Amino acid sequence: MISSQTFGDPGKMRDYHYTGPVEHRFSPYAFNGGTVLAVAGEDFAIVASDTRLSEGYSIHSRDSPKCYKLTDTTVIGCSGFHGDCLTLTKIIDARLKMYKHSNNKTMTSNAIAAMLSTILYGRRFFPYYVYNIIGGLDEHGKGAVYSFDPVGSYQRDTYKAGGSASAMLQPLLDNQIGFKNMEGVQHVPLTQDKAVQLVKDVFISAAERDVYTGDALRVCIITKEGISEQTVPLRKD
Amino acid sequence: MALFQVSGFTSYLELRGQILPAGQTQLVDRTNHYNFGTKTQEFAVPLGVDPSGFLKSCNRDGGVCIDLNHGTTTLAFKFKYGVIVAVDSRASAGRYLASNDVNKVIEINPYLLGTMSGSAADCQYWERLLAKECRLYRLRNNQRISVAAASKLLCNMMLGYRGMGLSMGSMICGWDKEGPGLYYVDDEGKRLSGRMFSTGCGSSYAYGVVDSGYRDDMTVEEAYELGRRGIAHATHRDAYSGGVVNMYHMQEDGWIKVCKEDVSELIHRYRKGMF
Repeated sequence: MISSQTFGDPGKMRDYHYTGPVEHRFSPYAFNGGTVLAVAGEDFAIVASDTRLSEGYSIHSRDSPKCYKLTDTTVIGCSGFHGDCLTLTKIIDARLKMYKHSNNKTMTSNAIAAMLSTILYGRRFFPYYVYNIIGGLDEHGKGAVYSFDPVGSYQRDTYKAGGSASAMLQPLLDNQIGFKNMEGVQHVPLTQDKAVQLVKDVFISAAERDVYTGDALRVCIITKEGISEQTVPLRKD
Repeated sequence: MALFQVSGFTSYLELRGQILPAGQTQLVDRTNHYNFGTKTQEFAVPLGVDPSGFLKSCNRDGGVCIDLNHGTTTLAFKFKYGVIVAVDSRASAGRYLASNDVNKVIEINPYLLGTMSGSAADCQYWERLLAKECRLYRLRNNQRISVAAASKLLCNMMLGYRGMGLSMGSMICGWDKEGPGLYYVDDEGKRLSGRMFSTGCGSSYAYGVVDSGYRDDMTVEEAYELGRRGIAHATHRDAYSGGVVNMYHMQEDGWIKVCKEDVSELIHRYRKGMF
């Protein structure tokens, strides 16, 4: 729509802007940033997330980790819209308790993953804006990672990155853990220490180039002894 | 209230209860997080908005970008020795490649397979539900469900949600009393029986390859090679297909998994025949 103000006094440059009607509408979603990563090893799993909570150009909090402990052998990382992350984790906790009361046993990682898929699909037409990654130990004690899309499609992986810097981190993981596009390299299985170091390095790179990732890194390491947590500082700018 | 009853007015909720079949699914009035949906599955719907266009309209504001996993090439054809099912393994979310090793064939039972193309979540959910219904049928009737009936069940599930933005193109393949069976079911409620189908964004390429090489009296090895070529060439030309070729062969005594081969290696092998 051409504004009639485009042609003003001779020699004077007019501002060009749209002057017609604009539709404003309430959006039920917001994007709060954050990156989550999970890696599965032979007898361990690692779930890591940054702790920055942002919205638009502002940072709401520098200490809002995105990993949530579900059971002694499972941790979930949720990034996307913080409101939906909180509600979703509340629902998962309630369902875990219901299962424990009905069946007298804790839910296994793959059962939690299947349950989360149906919870997310129940909102197929009005989705939870959350990208989930579950990391934990399966019934045989081996590391397992399950990655989801916002409406519940899921699969088991060895490693996965989700959230705002996922497109930057995933190729790096494909190369370092999956040995993709590397020739003449021996495929050594990942040790726990090497995996933790790799996760820290990878997040430092993400914080360099993604505005929504930074402040601090929370790493949860799941082994049969339990869940141990580490916090590592990242760039605060 | 007396006037209420005399006027014969039925409230919206009652009317909806009569129209919608009582059974698996229920529409709740308001988006309620804590019903949990454990006994009957419930679906939340945004109020006052058309569900199929809702996500797209949200994607314009403030950095919000909800992309769902999509995309494929799948193919299946009947021949003298059974049914060959071949699928690729790529899932894309918008322009980002979410995964290159998705399993797009669901093994419903040893005599039934379902393929998935379109929206990954829709396919996984509804075909898993179909697997549950097939199992219940087997327990209630003491005989395996026929391929025609299984595909009809899936088709009716899709018809219940027609117009709400689901996206699913699936082939139900099996071997029952009538012999080998192959049905194509999609989210519009289409259900077709046929000798050969291909679905997904790379389907046109797969059709070209399989149509030119298909003969009903092929040997088993020739059929495997045809299925492999169909998917490999489709992934070569379609950006949203790729990964590995997962191939199954449905025989009289059940299905077997034939192979799982990387498409880039296949294309290298075929390169001698290409320019």
